[in-house]
Amino acid sequence: MKLKLGEFAGPLDLLLFLIRQEQANIFDIPIAKITDEYVKYIRLMKSLDIAVAADFLVMAATLIEIKSKMLLPRDPSEQEEEAMDDPRKELVDRLLEYEKFKAAAGMLHEKTTVEQAVFQRGKIESDDSNAEINASVFDIITVFQKILLRHRDEIKMEIAREEISLSDMIKTLKRRIFEETELNILAFFEEMHSKRELVTAFIAVLEIVRTESVKLIQKKTFGEIILKAVTNGTGN
Amino acid sequence: MEPETEIETEVETEIEEAAPVRESARGMAELVAIVEALIFVADEPITTKLLAEVLNEDRDAVDAAVTELQKEYEGRESGLQIREIAGGWQLATRTELHEDVRKFLKTRPSAKLSLASLETLAVIAYKQPVTVPEILEIRGVQSASAIKTLLEKRLIVTKGHKETVGRPMQYGTSKEFLIQFGLKDLTELPSIEDFEDLAG
Repeated sequence: MKLKLGEFAGPLDLLLFLIRQEQANIFDIPIAKITDEYVKYIRLMKSLDIAVAADFLVMAATLIEIKSKMLLPRDPSEQEEEAMDDPRKELVDRLLEYEKFKAAAGMLHEKTTVEQAVFQRGKIESDDSNAEINASVFDIITVFQKILLRHRDEIKMEIAREEISLSDMIKTLKRRIFEETELNILAFFEEMHSKRELVTAFIAVLEIVRTESVKLIQKKTFGEIILKAVTNGTGN
Repeated sequence: MEPETEIETEVETEIEEAAPVRESARGMAELVAIVEALIFVADEPITTKLLAEVLNEDRDAVDAAVTELQKEYEGRESGLQIREIAGGWQLATRTELHEDVRKFLKTRPSAKLSLASLETLAVIAYKQPVTVPEILEIRGVQSASAIKTLLEKRLIVTKGHKETVGRPMQYGTSKEFLIQFGLKDLTELPSIEDFEDLAG
């Protein structure tokens, strides 16, 4: 048995490898033999102190279950349905489905490799001053954490609990964006008086971006994040 | 149509006062040159729509200019090419020249995605919008760290919650995915059924 450690993307991948190594037909898997090989492989991984993901163990259990089902004597009166009741059927379907995506992953790999042979012009000055980078949720979370940290150090004296609802917050935020065309989210968060309001504001920002009437942009990497109304509906 | 761009009015006022005509403002050769300039300065693929808006030209005219430009580059076997990527136009070096370009830039091909990440990306690309349990079903293995990597690289984006039990988050590919994989749009991916006969 050839050893290829850590090269398998998952239990289905390992299973396909073992089937190929046995030169077995995927539609007629010699289940006893493959199960033995599979279990042997898992044991080997364990003995080498390689953490075996739970998913690999689940597959081992599935294989053993199929193996035992196939050992059960069949009811002679049900001979007609024999083919349909093949206990391997579900596994075969999964393997075939998985194999398509494994091939698609290979295709994507080729595409990036080709793409890496193509270069665009180097950065020019205007890229940093004008170009707008789409900011992601991760960027907002970073900003949010910054403010939360700052708020933590302040003395808290919440007297009257004035709760602003999420829908009110979204309304306020929308109005501000359309009035000011560009809204710095850091500044917007700073306006909040309590942690509760801050959280509401944060959710409002996420919500408003999700509904897509508004775009999150960053004028340069790690720069300030700005909310802007989408005017020309570009992009997809 | 109503917001006149500044470029337009500047050019027009020199010629005549009222300027309702837009078709013959520029000759083809001039349009090709301007389109080339804009594709060059744009730092990400620029769409026909945006070019048409900025230049106040018909989209058809812009498309014709881009096609002409592509022919010019090909005709003289230029080191550059105009490519259609992520729904826009991009000026880039020709693939064949990568060795020398890389030598000059002193770069190496950047870190590749792991097998697990590529598989997860493939499932997301073909099944989007797709949830984590659906990805697990196909791959037979947890994909949490792969999804995290893909999100960090901005290759995938969240696409809202699926309205089923637990409202799981759905994922789809991003514009960055199209750019990094050199795709015009998602339809350019071969059909998933085409991978079927690879079973051995």
